[in-house]
Amino acid sequence: MNRRTVAAALALLGLLALALPFVHVTVPGLFEGPLDSAGTLNLLGLCFVFGALALTYDIVFGFTGLLSFGHALYFATGVYVTAIALVRWHWSLPQSLALTAVVALVLPLALGAVCLRVRDIPFAMVTLAFAEAASILVLQNPYGLTGGEEGLALGGSVLPAALVGVANTAHLYWIAAGLLLATCAIGWWAVHSPPGRVWQAIRENERRVAVLGLNPFAYKLASFTLSGFLASAAGVAYLLLQGGANPQITTANFTLVLLVMVVLGGVGTLWGAVVGGIVYEYLDFRLVEFSNTAGVQNLPPVLRVPLSEPLFILGVLFIVLVLFLPDGLGGLIRRIPTRSR
Amino acid sequence: MSTLVLLLVTGLGLGALYFLVAAGLSLIWGLMRVLNFAHGAFFTVAGYAGYFAAAALPGLPPWPSWFLAALAGTLAGGLFATLTEIGLIRPLYRRPVGQVLVTVGLALATLALVEGAFGSDPRVVSLPGWMTATTTILGAAIPNTRFVVLLLALVVLGGLLFFLQRTRYGLIVRAGVENRDMVSALGIDVQRAFTLVFTIGGLAAGLAGVLGATYYGTIDPSRGTAMLISAFIVVVIGGMGSIGGSALAAVIVALVQQFLNFYAAAGTGDFAVVLLLAVVLLVRPGGLMGRPPA
Repeated sequence: MNRRTVAAALALLGLLALALPFVHVTVPGLFEGPLDSAGTLNLLGLCFVFGALALTYDIVFGFTGLLSFGHALYFATGVYVTAIALVRWHWSLPQSLALTAVVALVLPLALGAVCLRVRDIPFAMVTLAFAEAASILVLQNPYGLTGGEEGLALGGSVLPAALVGVANTAHLYWIAAGLLLATCAIGWWAVHSPPGRVWQAIRENERRVAVLGLNPFAYKLASFTLSGFLASAAGVAYLLLQGGANPQITTANFTLVLLVMVVLGGVGTLWGAVVGGIVYEYLDFRLVEFSNTAGVQNLPPVLRVPLSEPLFILGVLFIVLVLFLPDGLGGLIRRIPTRSR
Repeated sequence: MSTLVLLLVTGLGLGALYFLVAAGLSLIWGLMRVLNFAHGAFFTVAGYAGYFAAAALPGLPPWPSWFLAALAGTLAGGLFATLTEIGLIRPLYRRPVGQVLVTVGLALATLALVEGAFGSDPRVVSLPGWMTATTTILGAAIPNTRFVVLLLALVVLGGLLFFLQRTRYGLIVRAGVENRDMVSALGIDVQRAFTLVFTIGGLAAGLAGVLGATYYGTIDPSRGTAMLISAFIVVVIGGMGSIGGSALAAVIVALVQQFLNFYAAAGTGDFAVVLLLAVVLLVRPGGLMGRPPA
């Protein structure tokens, strides 16, 4: 794919996505309400956010080969810093976003500089440790900032009126769609830029990159920081869509879920990760509804219990994928044209 | 003084639990280079297996019932681990990242299944009367369960060290940790050692699952994950692949947690342990008793 086709495809998809809130069509089976209903738009918005988030994770894991177990931390940075500035300090939205942008840049830069002193599994452990520390901090509710286990609700008055209320869900949806498009564009540009090619070289053989006279550390740090910053941006969109912050997104389990998303879509392909994130979030949401249908509820417990647990279905799906389809859904689709040729 | 003694013994008991989970993780990592995220699932499944084994025979006196639960839980952990190794890890011997990923999937799926089947609320386990009582040492009333946990962990530590230092299979495992390729080049079937190590790790995690139920008095689906993260920290601080290192680090981690959580704000201890991990990794990347990575 060259630059022009990608740009054209993105523009087309973008236009389609932007027009959706005006389409009053019901898609039976796929969504509960019509496409322009608040519920559907909210679900799609969340799917877009997770698509973007999975892409940011794919930049470090898939393209640079850094198995980070702390990606949740950077997503949570976007969620919590913005929420705290808005709710606790009563800052305006632009001020809060400015603060979040600074933190989202400095935090991955500083922590990355520490974590990247080790590699492979020890790297995974240190990133996990920092994310876990942040998770504990959030739960501990220091100075009453984070709200602990209950999280932090935005409430009506802290946001501009255009972003509040069910009637304005379309605006939030557009923010999520815009975020996804922007993340795709930046991600595509980054991995095709000269540093992006060095990232992939590092993934394949780091020592060789060093022998060629490049400093892998600087490139890895750049990848880590860019990915962290974009993840925080996704966090801000998530906060707006959900109307609040909840501590679940800080946990190690959440990073594992991200890993599942990326592998689901295909490691090392940007659009694969996006598809993985969207499909995962969609399944996670819809499987809950699926489990409440009469068909499942009337099953004997042996079948009903596993089928009512979305995470069980997704976990098993993940294992099957890793065992039999290592390239993910992206690899499956890519394989079709080569066979038919 | 009595608070100090209480914290010390309780911390040692917690360290014993960490050690039981971490020992298997450490051996598995050392020999197979697999970071086993499913280890917390072994812990959880064993806890529930023990609970239901005891509930299945309600007429039994308390002590035999407790032993039965401990045995059932330990065996369940071992069996689960063996099946995991044969069914999921073995097909992926050539794909190390794939191995980590399947254990992640298994951990998520198992946790969801346990939560779906038995609910997320804690269940109270029934213990023999002596275990719910306390013993007074130096003025501190210490729950008797702490001694049970500590004693059994010491037995496991001794058993593992004996196995590693004095038996033929232990020799193979130790040699495999040093240099896996050389061991297979000498014509020894390393795969069998892999299964063995996974089973031992599962048995230890299973025992930890039952003892965790005894220690806390309850079981719930999420404790396995918390144990897993603590055990990861213990393994890395102690040095991956070193049993002695795991034992030492388990005690350090548990004591730091206990004392700081009590004397500073709750949660400070957990926070400090994570920082300790970061410092140890940066100063001694191989851990306290491990070797620096080549």
